[in-house]
Amino acid sequence: MTVASVFEQILDREHVYPFMQRAQSHHIDVSHQVLLYLEGISVSFDGFKAINDLNLYINDGELRCIIGPNGAGKTTMMDIITGKTRPDTGSAWFGQTINLLDMDEPAIAQAGIGRKFQKPTVFEFLTVAENLELAMEDDRTLWTILRSKLDAEQRDHLDQVLGMIGLADQRLQRAGSLSHGQKQWLEIGMLLMQRPRLLLVDEPVAGMTHQEMDRTAELLISLAGQHSVVVVEHDMDFVRNLAAGDRTVTVLHQGSVLAEGTMDEVQNNDKVVEVYLGE
Amino acid sequence: MFLMEALKKDRGGQVLLGVLLVLVIAVPLLNLLVPEGHALHVPTYTVTLMGKYLTLALLAVAVDLVWGYLGILTLGHAAFFALGGYAMGMYLMRQIGDRGVYGNPLLPDFMVFLNWDELPWFWLGFDQFWFAALMVLLVPGLLAFVFGALAFRSRVSGVYLSIITQALTYALMLAFYRNEMGFGGNNGLTDFKDILGFDLQADATRIGLFIASALALALGYLLCRVLMVSRLGRVCVAVRDAESRARFLGYRVENVKLGVFTVSAMLAGVAGALYVPQVGIINPNEFSPLNSIEVVVWVAVGGRATLYGAVVGALVINYAKSYFTAELPEIWLFALGGLFVLVTLLLPRGITGLLRRKEASA
Repeated sequence: MTVASVFEQILDREHVYPFMQRAQSHHIDVSHQVLLYLEGISVSFDGFKAINDLNLYINDGELRCIIGPNGAGKTTMMDIITGKTRPDTGSAWFGQTINLLDMDEPAIAQAGIGRKFQKPTVFEFLTVAENLELAMEDDRTLWTILRSKLDAEQRDHLDQVLGMIGLADQRLQRAGSLSHGQKQWLEIGMLLMQRPRLLLVDEPVAGMTHQEMDRTAELLISLAGQHSVVVVEHDMDFVRNLAAGDRTVTVLHQGSVLAEGTMDEVQNNDKVVEVYLGE
Repeated sequence: MFLMEALKKDRGGQVLLGVLLVLVIAVPLLNLLVPEGHALHVPTYTVTLMGKYLTLALLAVAVDLVWGYLGILTLGHAAFFALGGYAMGMYLMRQIGDRGVYGNPLLPDFMVFLNWDELPWFWLGFDQFWFAALMVLLVPGLLAFVFGALAFRSRVSGVYLSIITQALTYALMLAFYRNEMGFGGNNGLTDFKDILGFDLQADATRIGLFIASALALALGYLLCRVLMVSRLGRVCVAVRDAESRARFLGYRVENVKLGVFTVSAMLAGVAGALYVPQVGIINPNEFSPLNSIEVVVWVAVGGRATLYGAVVGALVINYAKSYFTAELPEIWLFALGGLFVLVTLLLPRGITGLLRRKEASA
């Protein structure tokens, strides 16, 4: 900071110093119906622009599918939203009041953003029920983790989620012994236990049978409304299934939004056709 | 009540505590009541040796807590053990009073030898047992807290963390070797006379120390067990197996690691404090990197992430060590190395893992 700019700040009547600003509120303000704002985000790794001036808005309660060829920046985008990667430029807001770029992963998770990884990541050594218990929305300070036990309401919630993901019979089984598809489901169940406002779901149906895929689509659609859901997926049939009913689909390409619209609009978009088929 | 809860599904723990109880009752009786020369007589030397093993077992439990459950491969836990030992050693030094070789009522012999005029400030208060006991917990705890805060905040993990824990204990060893540090240089602290007014050479004191060691091991075990059957224990396992997943669930991984690491260091300090009066000396060799590595071997041989496995490993290997170093001194290090390789290859879950498998198949 140069001397001149310091003077400028002092003389500027409107200038608000950071220490004068109110601490971040935990209340998610969606008075403009938008839950997630990503504006002008760029990030590069060793000169390679993984995300290039990305602008994306997710409405409250929306189910949004994001598609794009490999290397389009889908996973990097999720890394930015969840605090794993810091963008070089741009801003990311959760509702009107919560600045995601000021927060680290646990803080963002506690604010209400849940994430499912591409590769199913569950705690293999723990049982299915224990996995869900750990994911459950609760105070995360050391002292409370040490002392807390499930209360009746939490137990009900856990049973309900177990039923939803169809693992009620496996509740005492080690998560490591589940099939690939079951692990995917367990991870989705862990997301539900968190009761997040926004779910980021990275390739949820990789390695699933058609039957399982249909059930997953049903589940995700049923979640929209109370949660916002962002699904990144390669499988076009699955996306078509999800986006039925004029839901918005976003196409990413080389780190920015190439097209946005309903599935039909996107599929007939010349640029999209070129990217997917032209090369 | 919740102790019962913690032990309910813990066969190994029940057996361990049962054995400790039997030892605490039987050993003093066999030492004091059975006449010398009788087949069942337990000589005082053996009592002290067993007490020493029990303190080492407590150290192993502390290591298992962070390595077995949290996946932090610490190669510097002997540092916390030695610091606890030094705190106790300082108390024992000041208990000598004017019975030292130079007869100085205030200064320990080595300070007189170095021509020091007054007690360094960090020796003040160590004439009080309660103060020394507090330091036994605080000094290792504080070091672990500061070290852990720096390491875990910057997300140092895996082999890098192992290397810096090793560096930590090595640095402390070099520092304690210096006479100027005021801890007796390479001779360390020794020639202790009594503890709490009881003669350290007396049979009754030695038996008392043995019972104290057994009690400390039992309490330390129960503490770790209570921690690990709580949700915190499951969070630890979660951090061990999928750290970033735990982070994305909203857990502050660094705080979990820091808390458990600090508790573990304090346990190691207690173990060191009970070890020193039984062996009668503490010197900078206790900080040697090899010691910390040996503890990890005990835990691996006994079986990780069971807590009682650590006790079994520590007892088995230390007994073997006493035997081999007396009978076949050249072979000991080869035997230790070979054992580690064999256990890693053939018994990935350690000796207790073998028993558990038998039980499961039966």
